[in-house]
Amino acid sequence: MLPINYYLGLAIILFIIGSLGVLIRRNAIVIFMSIELMLNAANLAFVAYARYWQAMRGQIFVFFIMTVAAAEVAIGLALIVTIFRTKDSIDVDQINTLKG
Amino acid sequence: MFLNAANSGQFFYLVPFVVIFPIIGLLINIIFGGRMGEKAIGAIACLASGLSFGVAVLLGLALIGRPEGVLVPYLDWITAGNLQLAWGFRVDTLSVTMMLVVGGVGTLIHIYAVGYMHIDVRLNNDPNRFRRFFVFFNLFIAAMMILVSADNYMMLFIGWEGVGLCSYLLIGFWYEKGKDGIGNALAGKKAFITNRIGDLGFLIAAFLMFKYLQPLSANGVFSFNFDTVATLAKQAPHGVILAITLFLLLGVTGKSAQLPLYVWLPDAMAGPTPVSALIHAATMVTAGVYLIARSHAIYSLVPVAQNWVAFVGGATALFAATIAVAQFDIKKVLAYSTISQLGYMVAAVGMGAFTAGMFHLVMHAFFKALLFLGAGSIIQGVERGEHTVEHDPVLKKRMKHEAHFDPQDMRNMGGLRNRMKTTFWVYLIAALALSGLVPLAGFWSKDEILAEASTLNPAVYWLLVLGAFFTAFYMGRQILMVFFGKARTEPAAHATESPAVMTVPLVILAVLSFVGGFINFPTFHAFTTWLEHTIQTVGEGVAAGEAAAGFNFTVSIISTVLVLAALSLSWYVYMQRTKELEKLPLNKRADDPLRPALGPVFTLLENKYWVDELYGYIVVKPYQWLSTFLAEKVDWDFWHDFFHDKILAAGFKGFTRLLSGPIDLGFIDGIANFLGDGFKELAAQMRKIQSGFVRNYALSIFIGVIFIIGYLIIRLG
Repeated sequence: MLPINYYLGLAIILFIIGSLGVLIRRNAIVIFMSIELMLNAANLAFVAYARYWQAMRGQIFVFFIMTVAAAEVAIGLALIVTIFRTKDSIDVDQINTLKG
Repeated sequence: MFLNAANSGQFFYLVPFVVIFPIIGLLINIIFGGRMGEKAIGAIACLASGLSFGVAVLLGLALIGRPEGVLVPYLDWITAGNLQLAWGFRVDTLSVTMMLVVGGVGTLIHIYAVGYMHIDVRLNNDPNRFRRFFVFFNLFIAAMMILVSADNYMMLFIGWEGVGLCSYLLIGFWYEKGKDGIGNALAGKKAFITNRIGDLGFLIAAFLMFKYLQPLSANGVFSFNFDTVATLAKQAPHGVILAITLFLLLGVTGKSAQLPLYVWLPDAMAGPTPVSALIHAATMVTAGVYLIARSHAIYSLVPVAQNWVAFVGGATALFAATIAVAQFDIKKVLAYSTISQLGYMVAAVGMGAFTAGMFHLVMHAFFKALLFLGAGSIIQGVERGEHTVEHDPVLKKRMKHEAHFDPQDMRNMGGLRNRMKTTFWVYLIAALALSGLVPLAGFWSKDEILAEASTLNPAVYWLLVLGAFFTAFYMGRQILMVFFGKARTEPAAHATESPAVMTVPLVILAVLSFVGGFINFPTFHAFTTWLEHTIQTVGEGVAAGEAAAGFNFTVSIISTVLVLAALSLSWYVYMQRTKELEKLPLNKRADDPLRPALGPVFTLLENKYWVDELYGYIVVKPYQWLSTFLAEKVDWDFWHDFFHDKILAAGFKGFTRLLSGPIDLGFIDGIANFLGDGFKELAAQMRKIQSGFVRNYALSIFIGVIFIIGYLIIRLG
């Protein structure tokens, strides 16, 4: 195995790219992809530490995260389809009717 | 048994009734008078006055057995610290003398007034005012009795004020009549105000007496106990006694109409004639003389003040006598005569001849009351004549129509001797008594004063003697103008005699004027001995020897000669010269033979030396100017218009506007609005967070997470 820092560094970079994507991109699907990226970065960190500390816990937790990601994507995509049907666009900047 | 009762002194305890009877009389007249007729009202009033006189007679009889007098306490009045004033009655020879005069002459005048007012209220068209007159008349008797029977200076002052009030009420009895409709009211006001100046003097004297002459016991000088006055006077600061006597003199000049405060008495003739007789001849105006006689012990200590009093009296006597010579109104002549005779009395008591002054007071009451009542009879006789003329067309044409026929003007009279016989004879007796012709009353009293003056104060003696000359002259003038000659107007030619209810008191008074003098006949001096139980005359030496020795022939002869000369001169002027003047045509004829003889002097006397105008100029006008100034400029213009309206009201309004406008609306509302607006702004700013912008929400979550993780790392790492 390589030194754990490399795995962590990769996880961090992936997380940062994912966060920037969530914050900066306007397309809702791209935001969801970024969220998946963040989740996978967390997965990578978990597996890396599981291997490092020879514990099975990290790997099992990855399954939980994957399940949550799948459920979240299902709901999120359903929401996006509904929004597209009303607004004919998936630009999140246009979803501002809750503006106070 | 009666004498026993008198001698045992039981009658002394009746003395409160001299005051109570007139008060009961006036209360009955006030409460029931509306339902009683005129006769009943008059009867009640005369009865009240008569009973008061009766009690005074009983007191006199009791005093014969016990001449030093008695103090009858009645009720407590003021008890405060050192001051203990009670209302007590002092029954001694001096006060009983005054009570007899007031009661006796007062009752006769009451009887006369019943007849006089019966006619007077009909002439003035107000019969309902009859009752009011007798209520005031009885009130006067009550107040005068309080004055003369008081046992201390404060009760005397109560009576003093009371008679002043009654004088005011009675002078202004016909208050809506007189010159310009308020003449009588103004005369009453003048009397009251001039009296008030005198009262100020009295009060200051009383206060000084209380402060400096009151020993610790209650019965001191203030209560007419003069035994200790000499020692107390030495302990008092220098000049206090002089001040007391001079301030009392001021009071006397006000009440007894001396110089300089006599000016109210001629104006007081605006009242009905019985008022003039009772108040302004016989009783009220003599209160001042009584006061000095009562204060004899204080006056004896300061010869300077005595001199002042004597000179004021003597000067007034001469001054007023000269004015009376040129007056045409019958009552004004008598008014100035009263002032003059009061001058005699004041001069007498001033010199220390207290009994001579009191003697003249009693005699003067008789003949002056008779003169005034007689004048009232004459005036009403002429008015009856006028009534006859008005209702007879033939006579009315003959009467020269003046604007207003004055029944009191002597120039409208004449020849009444044959038309009003009783009135003529009594008036003649009174006039001769006043002039001082032997053996009538006035001779004895006036001569006693002149005799005392010739030894005590020669300067005053000459003033008084000269006054006697003028007195005889003006009385002769009056008799001749009114009763002798031809009637000068139609009403006088048709005058009729007055009814018996008026003439009988006149006759009684005439008898008293004739024989009254004998109560103090020289060498017997019954009256002097009677009074000396209370007053020692200027005692030890000169006057005592004088009184005992008897009669000063020189003085009497001089005065009798002067009186006869004056009477003959008046006969010459008013009978002979008038005949000569009547030969002149009407427009060149003077109304009085003296006018062409004396010229400008006559005008001076006729206008009373213009003293009223002088007082008006010096005192009244500046006072009215001051009061108008204070009322209009200071009170209205400055105080109301400027201070109240502009400063206070405007300031207050401005202040409230300031409070309501800038402060309430601006400041306080501003704070409230500021808070509200501030919150709105805050809310508006905070609302911006709710941008509806999803990516902002995501960023916020992201930043929050960073903070939490950072906190956890730092705190727990």
